[in-house]
Amino acid sequence: MTEIRFGQAVNRALADAMAQDSAVVLLGEDVAAAGGPFGVTRGLLDRFGPERVRDTPISEAAIVGTAVGAAMTGLRPIVEIMFMDFVTLAMDALVNQAAKARFMFGGQVSVPIVVRMPHGGGINAGPQHSQCLEAWFAHVPGLKVVCPSNVADAYALLRAAIDDDDPVIVIENKALYATKGELPEPKPSASIGHARIARPGQDITIVTYGAMVTVALAAATELEKEGINAEVIDLRSLQPWDETAVLESLSRTHRAVVCHEAVEAFGIGAEIVARLADVGFDELDGPLVRVGAPFMPPPFAKTLEDWFRPDPARVIAAVKRAIG
Amino acid sequence: MASIRALEERCLELSAEGLIAGSVHVCAGQEAIPVGAVDALTETDRVGATYRGHGWALACGTPLTLLLAEICQRSGGVNGGRGGSPYLTASRYRLVGENAIVGAGLPIACGIALSSTARSEGSVVVASVGDGAMNQGATHEGLVFAAAFSLPLIVVCENNGWSEFSPASRQIAADASSLAGAFGIGTETVDGNDVVAVRAAALAAVGRIRDGNGPFLIECKTTRMRGHFEGDPQKYRDATDLEAAGRKDPIERAAEKLRKMGVSEADIAAAADAAARRIDEAVARGRAGTSPIPSEALADVYSRVAEARP
Repeated sequence: MTEIRFGQAVNRALADAMAQDSAVVLLGEDVAAAGGPFGVTRGLLDRFGPERVRDTPISEAAIVGTAVGAAMTGLRPIVEIMFMDFVTLAMDALVNQAAKARFMFGGQVSVPIVVRMPHGGGINAGPQHSQCLEAWFAHVPGLKVVCPSNVADAYALLRAAIDDDDPVIVIENKALYATKGELPEPKPSASIGHARIARPGQDITIVTYGAMVTVALAAATELEKEGINAEVIDLRSLQPWDETAVLESLSRTHRAVVCHEAVEAFGIGAEIVARLADVGFDELDGPLVRVGAPFMPPPFAKTLEDWFRPDPARVIAAVKRAIG
Repeated sequence: MASIRALEERCLELSAEGLIAGSVHVCAGQEAIPVGAVDALTETDRVGATYRGHGWALACGTPLTLLLAEICQRSGGVNGGRGGSPYLTASRYRLVGENAIVGAGLPIACGIALSSTARSEGSVVVASVGDGAMNQGATHEGLVFAAAFSLPLIVVCENNGWSEFSPASRQIAADASSLAGAFGIGTETVDGNDVVAVRAAALAAVGRIRDGNGPFLIECKTTRMRGHFEGDPQKYRDATDLEAAGRKDPIERAAEKLRKMGVSEADIAAAADAAARRIDEAVARGRAGTSPIPSEALADVYSRVAEARP
């Protein structure tokens, strides 16, 4: 089995979905002729033509708004927002239009759009090109949010998102695009809302997603040397998130840490620990601890960014607090 | 036009009575625009409207009973009672939705037009926007998009001179036509209270688009005979402006045209009476309807719930 890069897995998912269904179209800034800022859509223009792979004006509100209208009338548009930070310019189209159309219109229409957006730091891109804003979307009824951590899921979750009849935000961590992994044959499938156990363990549950899965696994390897056997759960889907799987793990470990690259305050972790503290109260033998970035914009300076992003040492410290 | 006026007058009574909860935005004074524009369309064309969209819904052919039941927030309404007056859609009847965000509709209409192009349907899309939407970035982006992709889109700007509670003239220095022109889009300005003139402009625009030309904007100069929403005391508005709007009533003007063509007063009155009777029937159905059920409303948020775990 050959290894491919994360970005290539995204490309294959797009190509396979477009080959299978002529209603699937791509819209985005520089996605056609240039192949995308991270090269993810390279080759798709030549294969599928300019009617299905469109370079759009730099107009995020219109890109997503257009996708919503097209989705309500028979197409299955996939939009690329060049950097997740730019989605602020398309929030009305996502939050007031895509998320609500099906409900407002009493089920007369659905909005099968996929909006791919790269988040995260690690490429020294600064405050307006590095944010992790996924909690915004997970808070909006009507939207689904997924975030793959590896090559196989980059393919499988994107295919699941394209097949879904509702708007799905697919978050890809920029730092993962160049990472390599195996894409099995036959190609993997996933269903939105299901987590996976990335590493089994019995002493503590570490809940995480996206690029932080690798960080959590590195922390778990270190912790094992100290006799702490951590279970790492890769959420894969943030809205809906797999509460059943996390509670099941908690019922075995009785302790939990939730990690994300996004700032800690009011993040995905806050929702997860709130549910564990409520529904999982009887299982808890220690405090629920979160790991996230400090409450500040992602800094541009390399040294500051390295300090800002959560690393294995911070996860290890959180685990030790949770274990007491 | 008479049906739209009769429907909306009855909606005002039902609002006062409490059967209709929430804000209602009537199009009194602007009825000629949806009626004239939709008459230029075929059954496969589509329409996007604003929260002031009862006229568009009716002109598109939405059955009166389904429409009124929706405005009364009944489960038997065209949206199952989820939309009410400002969030109507009737996709089976060409209306792909009102929109309660000023300016949000134009990019969505671009998408509907793109879908038509991609699937070679040959449909034309009409997007109704108000003059206030011309201030919005999303509208400008939609115009950029429509021109860039040469989309089969007619933007109908219903310029009633009022951006909610403020005169449009104090908000934007350019008119809709010159703005659209700056984006490379052809335009025509018409008297929006003259149903014949609106229809003629719409027919010309539809013909131009079906011949393969790009998007077009029709600016309809019109009048708002009532407030921004029902219950708006309009203290910001001079009484003379309201009186002037009343003198330009498109229904009166259409009746005048009919009289000049030799249509009898009795026939004109009969048309209005027939419209009122149809509304009576729809109101009775609306009153008898039931309220939406919360658990069913919750189920409409997503197309399908996540499958059971494997």
